Amino acid sequence: MQVSRRQFFKLCGGGMAGTTVAALGFTPGVALADTRSYKLLRASETRNTCPYCSVGCGILMYSLGDGAKNAKSEIFHIEGDADHPVNRGALCPKGAGLVDFIHSPNRLKYPEVREAGSNEFKRISWDEAYSRIARHIKADRDANFVQKNADGVTVNRWLTTGFLAASASSNETGWLTQKFVRSLGMLAVDNQARV
Amino acid sequence: MTNHWVDIKNANLIVVMGGNAAEAHPVGFRWALEAKTRNKAKILVIDPRFTRTASVADYYAPIRTGTDITFLSGVIRYLLEKGAYNKEYTLAYTNAALLVNPDFAFNDGLFSGYDAEKRKYDKASWSYQLGEDGFAKRDDTLVDPRCVINLLKTHVSRYTPEMVETICGTPKDAFLKVCEYIAETGAHDKTTSFLYALGWTQHSIGSQNIRTMAMIQLLLGNMGMAGGGVNALRGHSNIQGLTDVGLLSQSLPGYLRLPSEKETTLETFLEATTPKALADGQMNYWQNTPKFHVSLMKAFWGDNATAENSWGFDWLPKWDKGYDVLQYFEMMNDGKVNGYFCQGFNPVASFPNKNKVVASLSKLKFLVVMDPLVTDTSTFWKNHGEHNDVDSASIQTEVFRLPTTCFAEEEGAIVNSGRWLQWHWKGADAPGEAVTDVEIVAGIFSKLKALYAKEGGAYPEPIMKLSWAYRDAHDPKAEELAKELNGKALADIPDPKKPGEFLAKKGEQLPGFAALQDDGSTMSACWIFAGSWTQAGNQMGRRDNADPSGLGNTPGWSWAWPANRRILYNRASNKPDGTPWDAKRTLIKWNGEKWAGIDVPDFKADEPPGSKMAPFIMQAEGLGRLFALDKMAEGPFPEHYEPFESPIGTNPLHPKVVHNPAARIFKKDAEQLGSKADFPYAATTYRLTEHFHYWTKNVLLNAIAQPEQFVEIGEGLAKEKGIAHGDMVKVSSKRGYIKARAVVTKRIRTLKVNGQDVHHVGIPIHWGYEGVAKKGFLANTLTPFVGDANTQTPEFKSFLVNIEKA
Repeated sequence: MQVSRRQFFKLCGGGMAGTTVAALGFTPGVALADTRSYKLLRASETRNTCPYCSVGCGILMYSLGDGAKNAKSEIFHIEGDADHPVNRGALCPKGAGLVDFIHSPNRLKYPEVREAGSNEFKRISWDEAYSRIARHIKADRDANFVQKNADGVTVNRWLTTGFLAASASSNETGWLTQKFVRSLGMLAVDNQARV
Repeated sequence: MTNHWVDIKNANLIVVMGGNAAEAHPVGFRWALEAKTRNKAKILVIDPRFTRTASVADYYAPIRTGTDITFLSGVIRYLLEKGAYNKEYTLAYTNAALLVNPDFAFNDGLFSGYDAEKRKYDKASWSYQLGEDGFAKRDDTLVDPRCVINLLKTHVSRYTPEMVETICGTPKDAFLKVCEYIAETGAHDKTTSFLYALGWTQHSIGSQNIRTMAMIQLLLGNMGMAGGGVNALRGHSNIQGLTDVGLLSQSLPGYLRLPSEKETTLETFLEATTPKALADGQMNYWQNTPKFHVSLMKAFWGDNATAENSWGFDWLPKWDKGYDVLQYFEMMNDGKVNGYFCQGFNPVASFPNKNKVVASLSKLKFLVVMDPLVTDTSTFWKNHGEHNDVDSASIQTEVFRLPTTCFAEEEGAIVNSGRWLQWHWKGADAPGEAVTDVEIVAGIFSKLKALYAKEGGAYPEPIMKLSWAYRDAHDPKAEELAKELNGKALADIPDPKKPGEFLAKKGEQLPGFAALQDDGSTMSACWIFAGSWTQAGNQMGRRDNADPSGLGNTPGWSWAWPANRRILYNRASNKPDGTPWDAKRTLIKWNGEKWAGIDVPDFKADEPPGSKMAPFIMQAEGLGRLFALDKMAEGPFPEHYEPFESPIGTNPLHPKVVHNPAARIFKKDAEQLGSKADFPYAATTYRLTEHFHYWTKNVLLNAIAQPEQFVEIGEGLAKEKGIAHGDMVKVSSKRGYIKARAVVTKRIRTLKVNGQDVHHVGIPIHWGYEGVAKKGFLANTLTPFVGDANTQTPEFKSFLVNIEKA
């Protein structure tokens, strides 16, 4: 196998094994035949934050897929962000398992409904899910919305439906949730900060 | 945290109590070890268990669960008696010298104003003596017996080392050793950092646990100092952010609140929520409440919020009481609730008395679960044998389960414990048809709005008029929402200091909250986030990790609320004359014209040293409060009350008032409290290093690391009950039982409390009936349905169980 000068440098930079093998006196051709470049070199790197506790460790997520329309990107490795001032590249046993969270066999993939009294979920479309939930909300809100209390004071509240928001979701999600629940008149709103 | 993770390295003493940072926050805890190696700091651990944090501590003291106020009040007594506190700081920066209302009193476990029937206090006497100018009276000689510090001395005089040993079970010499360590940091150039978590909050006296520690930090002069502060190690990655954006029953974003039904107009509401200064020359920053509130209303309802309709005041729901989750599940159990949404929340696992929670959900008409993972809540209606023994056919709840993206598949900001808003980016598409929570909320909202447009219905105005100016109404983008949180100018905002110049031109993102107006010319969804996405772009994505001062402040990394300030109350790191208490920890300096330094000054920038303005600018008197006025439910000073299930069944301080007299407990739940005769052992729940709540039982690597449920007991109890290491045991409370392996360990020792032996049972929480780990019982099957009197956070950390071989 012929190796150009350019390929040789790429090879050395790409894998320490290549450098070592070359240093030991093997020809570049043998070295190329024996090693391949690390998968990380072909990966896209995306910065994110560990979703578990509140230390907020920086993480680097590595995915394959070059962003082309038909290339589905998939994260295959996660490590601590060495530039991050708090974790400086470290992760704990929780964060070190993050890639298995993304690919958990228990990830939900489709909207489902469990009908009253049933013993199973059945798959439905998003449109059916949104339509049925909106209908439930409207029926309950229209029937139980309280415009004035016993003293005739305007209170505009709806107490028969409640909402738990997620303290692992982003600020932006939280703000949209806040707009949604208060515009409906909900007061039974909490997040994990309560417990 | 008033400070932040890296700042822990600046401490001289790190006290871990009410938490177990080495296991629950392992990477953050590295900064405590950094303090130990680089700063010769000592680490103390006070905990019922000898935890992994204790294993690297310089000193460990055992304590009975639920007795931290006694221990910490004993520390306060020690500091005051020995004079081992920062007297200059205490006099100038706390309310130590202020005079308290002559009607205020404390007798036999109760403060003045108690109404036994309502289990509530009339707090009128929990106040200062006011002069004719409306300001609080003070006696800087500290001679007046009504000075806060003199009342405090009397209050804590009962918490002798002997009383600490009687209530806490901590040997007197161990307690005194801890006091000595803490007292050393009363010096001007020494600081203590307390690290705490849910081990302090999850009690019927949780808020006062934290308050007692905060009082110690004030006395030691540690608030505002690098290496000091009050540092809550929060539990979830964005629990800080969700609190900041006000997703709690009576809250609105930025620590504003919803109006109550007693506040019938905008004027009465703003009057009630805008404090008047209690001392001369104070900043009293909450005087700006109207600007924050009106700007928020403009974010909610846009152009529809006008001066004529009081910025949409009627469109906000008005509360009669708080609808916290305990209150709401009580209503649900009574059949008064029809619908419930669980967005990334698993209440069957996370709320107390799991059997009550399942029974309550079974009475709903509909339940909507949005989550990336299968949760126990989403299949509460399914029979999982002994782990969830229900009859599916009789449960008439319609359950929608909607798949969401996880962290890796979406972008946005989350706020860590140090108040850093850190932006994250999407790395891959979600599996199957999963979408973001935002898309789901927008999807439901769009359908609902269309239904109201077509059919009309109950009071549709706030829905129809809600501002929804997103490019794609069905899928608002994180960037659009983040810009709303920051806020923008709706008209040109003139700069009051520079005629002809503007703080922001119409349509521009605001530079910070100082630009907010109360006339509708600005909008901002969360005033404390103003500055996070300015005209200069997204500040939360910044990645300059430079630390020019060496104190770990990294001002160019992400963005911290408020105003990118890294250490709150940092004016208090200087003496009243402007010189730092400790030159090595200089955060800000007066340069002759203004305050400047390595941090953003937490003070009026051009207020010179020596003026009347005190450093706690959010307080009406500018001072840290050793006396809490009317802000706490059960008293302005902390007092020890036993957990609602107490292994000693009495309160040695005042046997007539055993438990928190202001805590709320519902009748049926009171009937489900166990006594020490039937359930003799003190139980507490906690996390393990390898797991995170109920998520990681779905994650293979973590399930492999800790596959099977267990409980921990000490050798004394094991011997008494004939339980060997590895035996299956049944642990029961008045509310239910779990079965698990027994781990018999020296880490939990038998304590001598009030003349009797008290054994602890340690219960890790991470198992359930869904997941890839071995199936297990939800630990909260055992826990009592009662919460803290201020926050209603459940008492997960102190309850009673029995244990026997299964």
